[in-house]
Amino acid sequence: MTRDFLQDTRDSYDVVVIGSGLAGMTAANTLARAGHSVLLLEQHYKLGGLATWFRRPGGHIFDVSLHGFPVGMIKSCRRYWSAEIADRIVQLKHIRFDNPMFSLCTSFDRQDFTRLLVERFGIAPATVEAFFDHARAMSHYDDQQMSTRELFEQFFPGREDVVRLLMEPITYANGSTLEDPALSYGIVFSNFMSKGVYTFQGGTDKLIHLMSDELRRNGCDTRIRCPVERIEVRQGRVCGVRVHGRTIRTRAVVSNANLLGTIFHLVGEENLDPQYIGQARAVRLNNSSTQVYMALKPGEMIDEEACGDLLFTSTAPAFRTDLLLSREISSRTYSFYYPKTRPGHDRCLIVASTNARYGDWAGLPPEEYVRQKRELTESTLAAAEKYVPGIRDKIDWLDCATPVTFRRYTGHIDGASFGTKYEGLAVSRSLPQQIAGLYHAGSVGIIMSGWLGTVNYGVIAANEVDAFLMHGNSQLNPQSTTDP
Amino acid sequence: MTGAEIKEAVLDILSGIAPDEDLSHLKDEVAFREQLELDSMDFLDIVMELRKRYRVQIPEQDYPALSSMQSTVSYLEPLMKDIAKK
Ligand SMILES: Cc1cc2nc3c(=O)[nH]c(=O)nc-3n(C[C@H](O)[C@H](O)[C@H](O)COP(=O)(O)OP(=O)(O)OC[C@H]3O[C@@H](n4cnc5c(N)ncnc54)[C@H](O)[C@@H]3O)c2cc1C
Repeated sequence: MTRDFLQDTRDSYDVVVIGSGLAGMTAANTLARAGHSVLLLEQHYKLGGLATWFRRPGGHIFDVSLHGFPVGMIKSCRRYWSAEIADRIVQLKHIRFDNPMFSLCTSFDRQDFTRLLVERFGIAPATVEAFFDHARAMSHYDDQQMSTRELFEQFFPGREDVVRLLMEPITYANGSTLEDPALSYGIVFSNFMSKGVYTFQGGTDKLIHLMSDELRRNGCDTRIRCPVERIEVRQGRVCGVRVHGRTIRTRAVVSNANLLGTIFHLVGEENLDPQYIGQARAVRLNNSSTQVYMALKPGEMIDEEACGDLLFTSTAPAFRTDLLLSREISSRTYSFYYPKTRPGHDRCLIVASTNARYGDWAGLPPEEYVRQKRELTESTLAAAEKYVPGIRDKIDWLDCATPVTFRRYTGHIDGASFGTKYEGLAVSRSLPQQIAGLYHAGSVGIIMSGWLGTVNYGVIAANEVDAFLMHGNSQLNPQSTTDP
Repeated sequence: MTGAEIKEAVLDILSGIAPDEDLSHLKDEVAFREQLELDSMDFLDIVMELRKRYRVQIPEQDYPALSSMQSTVSYLEPLMKDIAKK
């Protein structure tokens, strides 16, 4: 193929954004709106990163990461995107749990959790309230030593069932475990579990198309099939990016590529302080995922009463975060998609997700990989039979993704689904102190992950880039008069 | 701009960020967070708007200065004294 994916690009831009995940697109949109010239480069053939979808014969459209996000997404979309996007966000009202300890349905908000904890789990109302208030008040300034397990132990000693109710969804939402800092749990929890779970009506494809229209309206130059090979640095400053063998000059770069990929592959150790490199090496990536996609035949419906929108299941007697990563799958999260998810569409689909380790899938010989995939699909169908009786006869199309799939489509090291563990946040945030004009935005540190976290992180990075560009442009910087 | 003009400018920004809030009873000396439903993204929006409208730069370590109207105005006064009202 000789097509020039960089045809008619300029030689230089105020900002180049590498990667069109939600953080990259939101940073690009915010900066373009602020009047900067922006080039958005995406290596894949479509925009969205992990916020993605795929079509299969028979008119099926599968969403990969549209299982649910916090209510805050409405405000962020209205402010940093458009009212049209924000107005399509609707609540998922039936979130179910089914495991050997309990089986229940909740609207997933503070009020309903309080009701469940008091009525079904027999916890004193004052304790529940104290827990919610405590989690809500947590901030970055808090003690980072306390683990999530210790937090639960403080409020609900010995209550593994309560831990399971409050932790299992978060583990699925961002890969965090009981060993992670209580702080990251508190921040995500207060965001996520206070006002319900939301989805985007029209599906991921609709969202990404609307976003892409908005980028165009704001003058952002967006290019697909453009893998950035290198971020060029001169005398401690960003000066360009290398893509398809060409250098495009720029004063600032926002990298939405994986944090470690950005540091070790795009920038290179030789451009960074050894101490920073040491910090970066210590950053642990979050886990990856597997997914089984099941499309029902036209006309086959799922019993909405029985299944709900989102179903957290487990056959493990107790909740253990290490078990969630095991290839001996005992826990699955199902998303049920009804025709209402995509108005005008008449299909029902099911996506079953598990957390998984890249290492368990990456090294397999080809035949073994295929066999393992088949086994995953088979065991998922067997497990789903409990919720959708006769499922095998109802299926029209089956597909399966593994950590290797996620790695292939996003270039994320180890197919990381949710960026990095907590320590990644500081490394991401301090990148501009290493190289002037270089910013990272994307899933890191558990907090800045998921649809809402990454949209917001895109804005945070854009704000800094905007300040940086203005600083460089103006001699009359008001800040210089007040610097101590 | 004078302190009173800065206050007016901040109120105008706030009314865009929190359109559903009644700002007429806002107490200058009490933290915004205790009176309004503001999260950290809302504070970031205040910073971005101030830069966009008045070209005022507020470094991240100074964000705590924006906690109440009183502290915001006293922080901004020296930065905005030579800026014309819009
Ligand atoms: C299976 C699964 C389910 C999920 N479910 C949910 C959910 O229900 N709710 C929720 O809120 N979140 C969910 N998430 C998480 C959420 O999807 C991600 O946190 C978020 O989409 C990540 O956005 P990001 O901006 O960090 O970048 P990514 O989406 O990771 O995008 C990075 C982009 O950069 C591009 N790129 C990388 N390197 C280069 C390069 N060198 N040059 C050019 N481009 C490059 C990649 O191709 C990609 O498009 C899920 C994730 C997974 C994997």
